[in-house]
Amino acid sequence: MERPRSAWKPPGKGADRLFIAGMAIMLGAYTLLILLMLVADFAYVGGVADEGAFLTSFVKAFKSPEIRSAMTLTMISCTLAAILSVWVAVPAGYLLSRCTFRGSRFIDALLDIPIVLPPLVVGLSLLILFQFLPVAVREAVVYERPAVVLAQFAVSCAFAVRIMRAAFDQIDERCALVAQTLGCSRQQAFLRVELPEAWPGVLTAATIAWARALGEFGPLLIFAGATRNKTEVLSTTVFLELSIGDLSAAVTVSLIMVAAAIAVVMTARTWGSRNMNL
Amino acid sequence: MIKLENIHMKQGAFELRDLTLEVPQGAYAVLMGASGAGKTTLIELLCGLRFPQRGRVIIGGRDMTHAVPAAREVGYVPQDGALFKTMTVREQLGFALDLRHVAGDDVALRVREIAEMLDIAHLLDRYPSGLSGGERQRTALGRALSFRPKVLLLDEPLCALDDETRERIMNLLRQVQQQMGVTTLHVTHNRQEAEELGTMGMKIAEGKIIPLDLSGGNE
Repeated sequence: MERPRSAWKPPGKGADRLFIAGMAIMLGAYTLLILLMLVADFAYVGGVADEGAFLTSFVKAFKSPEIRSAMTLTMISCTLAAILSVWVAVPAGYLLSRCTFRGSRFIDALLDIPIVLPPLVVGLSLLILFQFLPVAVREAVVYERPAVVLAQFAVSCAFAVRIMRAAFDQIDERCALVAQTLGCSRQQAFLRVELPEAWPGVLTAATIAWARALGEFGPLLIFAGATRNKTEVLSTTVFLELSIGDLSAAVTVSLIMVAAAIAVVMTARTWGSRNMNL
Repeated sequence: MIKLENIHMKQGAFELRDLTLEVPQGAYAVLMGASGAGKTTLIELLCGLRFPQRGRVIIGGRDMTHAVPAAREVGYVPQDGALFKTMTVREQLGFALDLRHVAGDDVALRVREIAEMLDIAHLLDRYPSGLSGGERQRTALGRALSFRPKVLLLDEPLCALDDETRERIMNLLRQVQQQMGVTTLHVTHNRQEAEELGTMGMKIAEGKIIPLDLSGGNE
């Protein structure tokens, strides 16, 4: 073997440790930021007023009919938006993953627009779009509850399509081809072989869509308004409470949303999003 | 009987020109050729996963050039098996029969028969993730044979296996061929495999089929 010319030494264990430590600092810093934000929320709600204020503010929030109505609407609208999103995203993601057709690249790029567009612009665009529709349709949707679902769907669905596409990309296409040689039509191969394999992806898409819908705010404010007891959802509640100067109530509602979001993220993790490139 | 007649096909830089291939009824044909020569493409033409621009695909005496894969009655075993991850071995073996609305009892009977022939009867309730390479290939083979196809297409079925397993599956393939008399096209790049299994040899090079001597002599 040839001897190295310079005084080269193999890297020591210390260097490897330093490398991992350097990366760990970055990971740690960001997780710390998230944790501190949550802790601060809790501390604020608990510490503003006297002892027992923590529980009181939650009880107050749950007793308020406006907040309860917002909570109900949030749960219903997010669930509807998630179901609609998955319903569209499964065929859309499948087609984009399996077929290259004329315009498929264009459609692929178009689907990113709701993701990259500023949320306010999405809301404004929806509002403008409905100006061109018949008055009856406009009056039934704009500033009414269907607008909440539509605004949430418009953004959530784009994420769901991305996830479903990734899910189908990871499934070996040849399984479906083999299924066809065994006697399946394309539809049967899809329903009996590909969709069952994509099931974890479907669940991930549903949970992510739900979480996106929960966080939706800008488009809602513009397209659905923030009318108490009508189109108010939890994200708009935070805004409304802030605007009337009730910081404590705003933070309390935020914490309720944090709990809902954590529940959804946990569900998504358990349902096997491990193999997904999100 | 398998026949490809004057096949023309062009896809990007890849091209087949006036390719003709025939495997008589009951023969075990071995197809060799360099990587990228078009071996898999020929298999896919026969399965109906690709279509030629010109020429005819004849399977069992019927013109299947434009038929969908389901209508062709060919058993296809791809390279790594491509097993269905969400189904047990039992479900995979019964899959084609379920599609044909075969009665439950008859499916169970046939599954048992196939599983015993291929020595996978003890694995029927396992999922693919719990199978070894050889077990996967035997399951894929069983799945392809379950509906008694006229033709068996094997795309390098032994290439990822260790020597011992390869030997066992080769014996099994010989046995299946003798028992069922199914016309087989076996794609491989392993000379030994070709010589031991094939009753006729072919080679694909530059888009043409050349006969191949399998007597073990020098090439």
